[in-house]
Amino acid sequence: MRLRDFDWWLIGVALLITAIGVAEIHSATLATRFAAVWVKQVYFAVAGMGLLLLFSQIDYKLILEASPWLYGVSVAALAGVLVLGKAVFHSRRWIPVAGSHLQVSEFVKLVIIVVVARYCGEARLTTTWSDVGRVAALVGLPVGLVLLEPDLGTALTYVPVAAMGLVLGGMRWRQLGLLALGGLLLMPLAWHEMHPYQRARVVGFMEPQSDPLGRGYQVLQSKIAVGAGGMWGQGMAQGSQTRGEFLPVPHTDFIFAAFAEEYGFAGGLLLLGLYLLLLMRLIHNAQLAPDRSAGMVVMGVVAVLAFHVLINVGMVVGLMPVTGIPLPLMSSGGSSLLFTFAALGLVMNIRMARFVN
Amino acid sequence: MPQVLDRKDKLPPGRLRLVEWGILAGFLGLVWGLWQLQILQAVRYTMLAQQNRIRTEPIPAPRGRIYDRRGRLLVDNYPSFTAYLLRDGSGNWRADLPQIAQGLFVPLEDLQAQMQHYRAAPIYQPIPIKQDITVADEAFIAAHRDQFPELETIMASRRLYPKNGFAANLIGYVGEPDERQIASGQLRPGAIVGKSGLEAYYNRQLTGVDGERRVMVDSRGRVVGTLSDRPPRPGQDLHLTLDEQVQMAAETALGNRPGAVVALDPRTGGVLAMVSRPTFDPNLFAQGLSAKQWNAWVNDPDRPLLNKAIQAQLAPGSVFKLVMSVAGLQQNVAENKTVDCKGVFYYGGHPFHCWISRRLQGPRAHGVLNLQQAITQSCDVYFYTLGSELGIDVIDQYAQELGLGRRTGIDLPQEAKGLVPTPAWKEARFRQPWYKGETIDVAIGQGAVTATPIQLARLAGGIASGGVFPRPHVAEEAADTGGFTVALSPTTVETITAGMQGVVNPGGTAASAHLQGVDFGGKTGTAQTISNQGLKSLHGGSRRAYVDNAWFVGVSPVRNPEIAVCVLFQRGAEGSFAAQIAAQVVQAFYRSQQAGAKAE
Repeated sequence: MRLRDFDWWLIGVALLITAIGVAEIHSATLATRFAAVWVKQVYFAVAGMGLLLLFSQIDYKLILEASPWLYGVSVAALAGVLVLGKAVFHSRRWIPVAGSHLQVSEFVKLVIIVVVARYCGEARLTTTWSDVGRVAALVGLPVGLVLLEPDLGTALTYVPVAAMGLVLGGMRWRQLGLLALGGLLLMPLAWHEMHPYQRARVVGFMEPQSDPLGRGYQVLQSKIAVGAGGMWGQGMAQGSQTRGEFLPVPHTDFIFAAFAEEYGFAGGLLLLGLYLLLLMRLIHNAQLAPDRSAGMVVMGVVAVLAFHVLINVGMVVGLMPVTGIPLPLMSSGGSSLLFTFAALGLVMNIRMARFVN
Repeated sequence: MPQVLDRKDKLPPGRLRLVEWGILAGFLGLVWGLWQLQILQAVRYTMLAQQNRIRTEPIPAPRGRIYDRRGRLLVDNYPSFTAYLLRDGSGNWRADLPQIAQGLFVPLEDLQAQMQHYRAAPIYQPIPIKQDITVADEAFIAAHRDQFPELETIMASRRLYPKNGFAANLIGYVGEPDERQIASGQLRPGAIVGKSGLEAYYNRQLTGVDGERRVMVDSRGRVVGTLSDRPPRPGQDLHLTLDEQVQMAAETALGNRPGAVVALDPRTGGVLAMVSRPTFDPNLFAQGLSAKQWNAWVNDPDRPLLNKAIQAQLAPGSVFKLVMSVAGLQQNVAENKTVDCKGVFYYGGHPFHCWISRRLQGPRAHGVLNLQQAITQSCDVYFYTLGSELGIDVIDQYAQELGLGRRTGIDLPQEAKGLVPTPAWKEARFRQPWYKGETIDVAIGQGAVTATPIQLARLAGGIASGGVFPRPHVAEEAADTGGFTVALSPTTVETITAGMQGVVNPGGTAASAHLQGVDFGGKTGTAQTISNQGLKSLHGGSRRAYVDNAWFVGVSPVRNPEIAVCVLFQRGAEGSFAAQIAAQVVQAFYRSQQAGAKAE
């Protein structure tokens, strides 16, 4: 263990955000049945730190080598969840592990990052259409399985990993443009394949006022919470939207709204600054990575975290539809927290590897 | 052409820059979103947040109480809870309606009708769905707070009326505002509005100003704190000229007979008692009336919701002879006039019978009578003769001067006018000329002439008082307003009152109503509700519906009276029984006077 080689800046920022998250979970759930959730979040954070240390010690090259096997196991696990997973909230996302429910799809993210990094990090890749097709298929299979759960939000988080790999792997601009165009053309098909509640979310996002007590309720209440925060916020545990339980699930997906109501534009700006710092620090680490695949792994983490922050906060301020994507490090929930810390552990691993060579 | 890159190569710096810029752009987008909401539209969203959690609840003001002339409480309020439905909060009230109806034991159709009735009310106003809820209802609402956040209870004071319909037609009843009042925003749903009687006439005074409580609620509608509390201003109390004791005597004396009793103080016009039969229980209105009960009352041919003391317009029969007497005496034709009653009077070749000619035993004619005797014995032939001499124009003039054919102006809604038929009226109404024979009918209070009990009570009192006709009123505050005087000669007053005194003495038409030691007099009346021809065409049961109405107007003392009473006993056949009812009211009046004097 070479603790002095750790990126203490990165870990410091991550732990600061986690601490803010714990405080906000506590504040948002006072006097509700979720009042004890913040304690659980602390336990998960401690476990996350353990996972970080663990992942920082396993040689990333071994992981990259094992990635095809890991991929196979992941696909099998996702299929298993579909068949065996306990139905929670009408979606088969969870499997019971050690008395807690863990979201398999959350950990599959790590595997996808590694697989894409290995594939795109190899020389002479991702410049032909067949390469693009292979990456698409590689990511498409787990995306499809997660969509079947159905969990659109998590499935979507796999896509930026592939995109990141293709962009950094040297895909041509023309190809990127065509892919984007194809994606646009596929949207009506996607709409057709959506579940009614997913369509309702999209409609609610487009026109939150149309049915304030129905589909658009969450978006509207979230916007009200954020807007009521104003410049300096209502103060800790003072947000009426949160305390009055108008804001739905204020400790999970809408935690940023609860935070913004209490600490205002100033607080929101500070928090976004911390996330930006975290991401920039990760990109910095990617540049220092000993090889392309290692850098790709770090950038995969960047892709996932940036996507989460942009979609989640975008949803909270009404710029994005409600997709059920948590805010990394802040939203209450073990799976998301453990994934993030594990991913940061992998980054530490890669960071320290450069001192070896 | 595939690009060959060393595995040890670094990531392309240009593309990394690109990713950095992309992320930065995304974050700027988020900052822009926050700026929009928290800085540019902060005021709007702050207001929306307030609307979310602040609810305004009405605190209904209690209505003014109603007291009798001696300060005895007649109409009180009692605290009660009403279940309300909130349409602006969370919860889908439309979908929950069937379950709520079941839980509160209200027919779903009634509930839907109620929501329909109040559809024009602003969305933030709660709709009352069940009044005077039971402990079980409250428990149901409390237990289903999470399931039906739109259900709410609000305390209000409800009307508590005397039992058994005591003075019900006079006091009236309250109800909910009608659709027009809701749509115009004058009244909130569930407000209490006087619908009839004193409740309607003095609604403005009796209605207080509702208070308001602004409370903070959570998303399930649970109150988490009170922001402000504006107490209600109770309505003003109403003090009546009514005497509870006299009223009770009148209620008891009339019993269940269809008709009306009205007693007033001729010196002031203050109503001492006012009864109408059949009656209703106004407490049922206060608790929210079922459609079935309402329909039963509305469709009852005896009209229990009507206040017959002011709304029944019927032929006054022989009571009208008081008007004839005034006309004859004031015109100086009746003072020394005598008529020989042979039981029948011929006019234009047609026979007009005196009531005495139809008697089954005893003499069938009155013989020679002067006016005083004609009043006492109610001789029709005397008044046929007088009527034919005076002519319809003179009769009409006096009838109108004495207050018939127009409202008395009593402080009650929807008073009827009655009718004094004139040739002009007949021409306008039937496009036919006035026949002289009709004048003969009018002379004994038949034909088209109609009057209300309150008009006849005032008439008797006014004549006995020497021509003073103050405006009848029920509330003290309406005293000394309106009214008129008629210049009557002393002879007129003396002759008529002497005749009225004779009525309740041996030889009079209501000798059975004699009160020992009480200066009491009056005039009976028996009015046909259908012509003799019409009656002959009916058979059996339907004839019963056309049995004559019995009238009695009485005054006591006979000169400068302190009480004037009018009794209408529908289908009561003849006036003497009505006179006995009036006598009981007069007795109760004196008992009450004594009790009042003792108390002071």
